[in-house]
Amino acid sequence: MGDIQGRHLIVSALKNGTVIDHIPSESLFKVISILKLETIHSQITFGTNLESKKLGSKAIIKISDKFFEQDDINKIAIIVPEAKLNIIKNYEVVEKMIVSLPDSIEGITKCFNPQCITNHEKVVPKFTVIEKSPVSLLCRYCEKITDQEHFILI
Amino acid sequence: MTTKSLVSISDYKVDDYNRILQLASEFEANSYQNLLHGRVIATLFFEPSTRTRLSFESAINRLRGRVIGFADIGTTSSTKGESLHDSIRMVASYCDLIVMRHPLEGAAKYASEISPVPIINAGDGANQHPTQTLLDMYSILKTQGTLHNLKITLIGDLKYGRTVHSLIMAMMNYNPTFYFVSPPELKLPNEYKQTLAKHNIAYSEHADMQEVLDISDIVYMTRVQKERFSDPMEYEKTKNLYVLKNDMLTHTKENMKILHPLPRVNEISMCVDASPKAYYFEQAKNGVYARQAIICHLLGINI
Ligand SMILES: [Zn+2]
Repeated sequence: MGDIQGRHLIVSALKNGTVIDHIPSESLFKVISILKLETIHSQITFGTNLESKKLGSKAIIKISDKFFEQDDINKIAIIVPEAKLNIIKNYEVVEKMIVSLPDSIEGITKCFNPQCITNHEKVVPKFTVIEKSPVSLLCRYCEKITDQEHFILI
Repeated sequence: MTTKSLVSISDYKVDDYNRILQLASEFEANSYQNLLHGRVIATLFFEPSTRTRLSFESAINRLRGRVIGFADIGTTSSTKGESLHDSIRMVASYCDLIVMRHPLEGAAKYASEISPVPIINAGDGANQHPTQTLLDMYSILKTQGTLHNLKITLIGDLKYGRTVHSLIMAMMNYNPTFYFVSPPELKLPNEYKQTLAKHNIAYSEHADMQEVLDISDIVYMTRVQKERFSDPMEYEKTKNLYVLKNDMLTHTKENMKILHPLPRVNEISMCVDASPKAYYFEQAKNGVYARQAIICHLLGINI
């Protein structure tokens, strides 16, 4: 499915569900993991290393019968702010969604501070988003700032 | 958890500060009371700090509370691999309030999320030590009669010093003018300067304390540690600029007071101790009253 025709087929074949497009290829598996797609039982199709004028190489995810809440979608904003979503109903795009970074995030990236409790105990890291572009996160535990170049996704 | 804890100085707003400081002055007037009779308070020091622990225990004992706990990690189950989570859950079932010090940053915040009893953060690594800030504020209020519109000079390690950072954040509410005196290596981090600018708080930075001593109401000294310097020569060159000596006090203001979170190394010469402007030992004593105030505030005990 590495060519344009393949991708076209995937998208048009979706009857009801969500298409996540414009994912940089290298971020595909992170998106899958953040959205916990492994827990979804309906049909999911992935395409990656597809040609893209904007991104060079992009990935696409098509999930049948799944409609995300905006809050869930926003979780992928820290890694793929450029992603676009098409909501498909009865083979038609009925809505487009864009991702936007929420004011706080939980359990997506680790705290950059090695002395932070979240890196020593089983604590879900929680951050307040203090800057959206480039992303800068304030740890709610150690109060240190983790910026985009130091993200370690969980 | 909805239980009130004191984890970070930013947990409190001006009303809380004022309430704690008011309570502290009442405890100073009458420090020995029955208010904690029948209560058990745990002091968990996962990292030793004799000074802070004794201050808390004195505060509790004076109010007739009972203390359980441990003084350092060697005597705890942490060495057996028990998680902080389990230690807190267990101890919380034995007591009405937990005072904790821990080497990891954010440890007290985490404890406050899982503990059914209030947590007082007595230091979490390099992060927060809010009771120190409140006793510093109490010392400022007591010596100056007000917290408002003061000229506050902070000297020494302004980069890593958590007491300095917390004091700046708390005093920012009272329209101060700050003078920051430090070696170039140990300047106040930019994030704090940006916050001050955002709130229109006046500040200036200096390499030599002589430039600002005579106009200061409060001089807050901190240790300049050799380990903080990448170049040992730089330390040797600058260290004497950050030692306060008696002859430097000649033209300082009448009301000026010198504070220090203690322990000091050599940044305040012993000859200063006899000066009426030296306040650091009284400051330590104020810690007991401030901690009595905080404990009663968190337990909802009215005096
Ligand atoms: Zn952290």
